[in-house]
Amino acid sequence: MAENTVKLHYNVDADDFTVAGEASGAVKKVLKQLGFSPEVIRRVAVAMYECEINMVIHANGGHIDVEITPEKIRMIHTDEGPGIKDIDKAMQEGYSTADEKVRELGFGAGMGLPNMKRYTDDMKITTEVGVGTVVDMTVFVNK
Amino acid sequence: MADNKKELLYHSVRLETDFCKGCTTCMRYCPTQAIRVQHGKAKIIREKCIDCGECVRRCPYRAKKVLSDSFDALDAYKHNIALVAPAFCGQFSKAVNIDVILTGLKHIGFDGVFEVARGAEVITAKTKEILASKKHQGPLISSACPAVVRLIAVRFPALSENIIPLTSPMEVAAQMARKEAIEKTGLSDEEIGVFFISPCPAKVTAVKQPLALEKSAVSGVIAVKDVYMRLAQALQGVKEVEKLSVAGRDGVRWARSGGETEALGISNYIAVDGIHNVIKMLEELEDDKLNNIEFIEALACNSGCTGGPLNVENEFVANSRIRNLSENLVGEPVNYEGINLFWDKKVDYEPYSPLDPDINEAMRKMQLMEEIYNRLPQLDCGSCGSPNCREFAEDIVRGKAQERDCIFRLREKIEMLAKEITELSKMIDE
Repeated sequence: MAENTVKLHYNVDADDFTVAGEASGAVKKVLKQLGFSPEVIRRVAVAMYECEINMVIHANGGHIDVEITPEKIRMIHTDEGPGIKDIDKAMQEGYSTADEKVRELGFGAGMGLPNMKRYTDDMKITTEVGVGTVVDMTVFVNK
Repeated sequence: MADNKKELLYHSVRLETDFCKGCTTCMRYCPTQAIRVQHGKAKIIREKCIDCGECVRRCPYRAKKVLSDSFDALDAYKHNIALVAPAFCGQFSKAVNIDVILTGLKHIGFDGVFEVARGAEVITAKTKEILASKKHQGPLISSACPAVVRLIAVRFPALSENIIPLTSPMEVAAQMARKEAIEKTGLSDEEIGVFFISPCPAKVTAVKQPLALEKSAVSGVIAVKDVYMRLAQALQGVKEVEKLSVAGRDGVRWARSGGETEALGISNYIAVDGIHNVIKMLEELEDDKLNNIEFIEALACNSGCTGGPLNVENEFVANSRIRNLSENLVGEPVNYEGINLFWDKKVDYEPYSPLDPDINEAMRKMQLMEEIYNRLPQLDCGSCGSPNCREFAEDIVRGKAQERDCIFRLREKIEMLAKEITELSKMIDE
């Protein structure tokens, strides 16, 4: 059903906190224009923002592909960063590998991945140390 | 068309068509992209307008007007009370204290006066209770600024639950003023006129068509600028100043940004003013970025209510005066027994309509919109009559504009045609 898919693509720049959130902001606007419910929009926006910030902090940026259909919103975040060494640990609330500089900015509380999981219905992480990470999240519209 | 919700939307901000030169200034500054310029005139999209008055402030030709009541409206009542907002007290250089202003108002046609600051004190007390109960999730947003409440209704659906469902200081004061006047004069409710002197169009709308109340307790709204001259002159004639002011510092400082939160005595708060700043802040809140914040005071006008477009005095000067006027005010305790402090109904989510009611069709239009947008110059020049290229692309798919309204696209088309004509004429020569 390619016809019923709206595809969006965003590049995320590395180390620039001032622009982080631009992609999730743009997607939020699109979802409002398409008439999705406030609840769905909020979940997508929060999950996407967390992921976007992660790409800025840990992965030298990357790109995001968003696929919107009437049934679901899928967000695929791809980066060529350092990869995640221990996913189980990364999924624990409060666990963070962010450095002091990042923490001083108020990020790196260790809630990114747990929040992303909580706000989405499906989350797959494919990662390889030294190669990069793909975070593939889906929010279903009628769950 | 009584059943049509759009027909019922009331707005106090109006366009004076004869004055409008179609310059696009208002369109560029409108925070909700509610203005288009078509056929040389500005047009307000009713569903998007929040009556913040930014266009009233910006229009170089004074073509944006606020529909408020005139002094003649007082004639309909036997006893008239002026509801005086704290911001109003900062308007007059000659006023050494608030009593002078209140006494002056009794010289220009009002039988009584009532300070909105007293209503603010009640709301402060109630807000403290709500915050202490900790029953809410996430930061609470003040409901004091009606432009912000409407902004949330049309643009931030997920945040409507965060608004404190308390009515405004103006409504609380109006109820108290009525009650007091009925007891004092023996007149009936209908015979008493309660007039709010307003710094902004949003308050006019909030009275004429309340968002969360069945009916406002305010009878009419007169713009500060329409009271200013009369009162400034009358102030010179005030010989005996009556002791009328009873509000304390916590109520009066609501006039400026930060005043409401300072009165709450909490530390984890945000006070944001200026409609564009408010939008930025609400975006952050919507994305769940504001951790540990208990309360958000959000005011549409720069510097708070003193920055309202219907005021006369510069907002920074007014704020300085308010600081001086309120510094040592102690105030009397307020009795708000029998006064309704809560909203009658919830604020509905009233978003500007999606691209199409049918999601599949909406998605088709979205794809088309992206295609159109990518063809546009993306300079956001506004010459087409839409605020930026994105909005223009949206207007096209909504059938409200045409691609040739873009002068850059038109030029490309003309160049193409010219080329074609040249080539065709060459063929004739051959």
